[in-house]
Amino acid sequence: METSVLIGLLWTGLLETLYMTIVSTLVAYIIGLPIGVSLVLTDPNGIRPVSWYNKIVGFVVNVIRSVPFLILMIALMPYVRMVIGTGIGTQATVAVLIVAAAPFVARLVEQSLKEVDPGVIEAAQSMGASTLTIVTKVLLTEARPSLLNGAAVSTITILGYSAMAGVVGGGGLGDLAIKYGMYRYETTIMWITVVVLVILVQILQEIGIKVAHKLDNRI
Amino acid sequence: MSEPIITLKDVSKKFETRGGTVHALKDINLDIQPGDAQGIIGLSGAGKSTLVRCINLLEEPTEGKVIFDGKSLTGLSRKELNIERRKMAMIFQQFNLLMQRDAIGNICFPLEIAGVPKAEARKKAMELLKIVDLEDRAHSYPSQLSGGQKQRVAIARALATDPKVLLCDEATSALDPKTTRAILELLKKINKELGITLVVITHEMDVIKQVCNKVAIIEKGEIVEKGNVQDVFTKPKSQAARKLFFPDEREKKTEHRATTKHRVRLVYDTQNAYEPIISNMILELKAPINILYANMDVVNDIQKGQMVICLADDAQMAERQKQYLRDQKVEFIEIEEEGEDE
Repeated sequence: METSVLIGLLWTGLLETLYMTIVSTLVAYIIGLPIGVSLVLTDPNGIRPVSWYNKIVGFVVNVIRSVPFLILMIALMPYVRMVIGTGIGTQATVAVLIVAAAPFVARLVEQSLKEVDPGVIEAAQSMGASTLTIVTKVLLTEARPSLLNGAAVSTITILGYSAMAGVVGGGGLGDLAIKYGMYRYETTIMWITVVVLVILVQILQEIGIKVAHKLDNRI
Repeated sequence: MSEPIITLKDVSKKFETRGGTVHALKDINLDIQPGDAQGIIGLSGAGKSTLVRCINLLEEPTEGKVIFDGKSLTGLSRKELNIERRKMAMIFQQFNLLMQRDAIGNICFPLEIAGVPKAEARKKAMELLKIVDLEDRAHSYPSQLSGGQKQRVAIARALATDPKVLLCDEATSALDPKTTRAILELLKKINKELGITLVVITHEMDVIKQVCNKVAIIEKGEIVEKGNVQDVFTKPKSQAARKLFFPDEREKKTEHRATTKHRVRLVYDTQNAYEPIISNMILELKAPINILYANMDVVNDIQKGQMVICLADDAQMAERQKQYLRDQKVEFIEIEEEGEDE
C-alpha cells in the first residue's frame, strides 16, 4: 500500500477515534456525574440517605458494568439501529460507548467523592449549607484532583472500548486494525495502529496527572 | 437572670447499631445563659460530642427539645434550620477546613452560604484574619499551615457570620500544650470581648479551668453535675467530678491507704492562703497532720489552692481538727474510705 494512502487511513482513523472518545466521555460524564453524586448523597452514611434509590441505582450500575463491552455492544445493536438508523460506524459506537461508560463514570465519581473528609461536610452543614452548596462547593471542589484522575482513567477506558468496537465495524483506529491487519494480513497497519493507540493513552494519562496535580492545593 | 440562649429539654439520643440500641444521651437538661462559657466535660464515649451535635442538630435528638434563642430547633424545616445554624458556629478537633481553598477562601465560605456579596465577604474575612492574628497567611492553603494556624482560620471562619454561639468540639485536643494555651486565650477573648456564648466540649479539665465559667459533667450519657466552675471545683459532689478535677488524688489515696483514716481535701482562695492555717492548727491542737498532696490552680482566672491532708488517727482529735478548719472558714470535704469505685 502506498504511504500516502496509509497515512490518509490512519489520519481518518485517528480523528474518528478521538471523536468517539471525546464525545462519549463528555456525555458519559453528563449522565454519570449526577448519578455518582446521587449515590454518595443517598448512601446510608450520606447526607440525604434514601435506601431504596441507592440500592436500585447501585444495582443497575453494577449490572451494566458486569456485562462485557463486546456483548453489550451486540445486545444493544437493534436499539441503536432503531434510534439512530444504523448499527455501524462512529455514531452507533458513540451510542453504545455512552451506555457502557456512564455507569463506570458514576462509580468512579462515587469513589472520588467518598474520599472527601466527612468532617469538612459536617462543617459545611454546621454553617447551614444547603445540599446543593455542599455538592458544588464541598464535594466536587474538594474531590477535584481525584475526579480529574478518574476522568483520565475513564477517557482511556473509553478509548480502549472504542477500539474494540472495530470488531463490528465501529470505525476508528480499531476498525482499521481489524479490517487491514486481521482480515487482510497487513500486520504493519495493525502494529502502527497499536502504536498510535499506545501513544494516545500515554498522552491522556500524562495530561490527567498533570492537570490533577496542578489543580490540587493540598500540595 | 436573662433568658437562656440555649435550652436542652429532656434530650435523649439513641443509636441503632448491630449490637442493639445504644443510649448515647439520657434526659439531658441544660440551660446555657448568653455570654457564658459553658464547659461540657466527660471521658471519651461519655456522649459529649453527640450532645454538642444535638445543639445544632447535626444529630437529631430522638426525644426532647432544643431551644435556641427562643426558637425550638427540633421540628424546623431543613431550610429554616439552615438559617438558624448560621447564628451558631462550630469549630472542630480536626479543624475541617476546605483543603482546596486558601485561608481567606475558607473564611468567605460561610458568607457565601449566607449570600453575602463577594467584595463584602473578602473585606470581612480580612478583618477576621486580623482578629486571629493571621493577616500574613491570607493566601496560604491549609496544607501550608500549622495545626494552631489551621484552628485560627477555623475560628475566623466560625466568626464570619457574627454568630451568637460558638460550639467548640475538642478544639484543642489535636494541638500541643503551648498552642492549646494560645487558642484557649483566643476563645476567651472572643467570649469576653465579642460577648459570644461558648460551648466548650473537652475531656481536659485544664481547658475548663482556663476558659469556662460554667461546667456540666457528663458520664455515660447523663449530666451528673453542673454549676459554676468555681463551685464545682471547690465542692465537687459527684464521683465523676472528683475524678476529673483531682486525678492525682486517687493515686495518693492508694499509696497512703494503710495509714490514712481521716483525710480531708481543702480548697482555698489565695487570699486566705497567706495565713498559715495548717501550722497554726498544729501548734494550737498539738497534734500532727500529714500533707499528702498540695497544688495551686488557676480556675476561671482565680487562683485556687488545694491540699489533701491526713488528720490525726485519734477520732476525737480528728474531729477537733475539723472543727478548727470550720472555724477558720476553710472549705473542705472529707474523703471517704468506703464506696470507692476502682
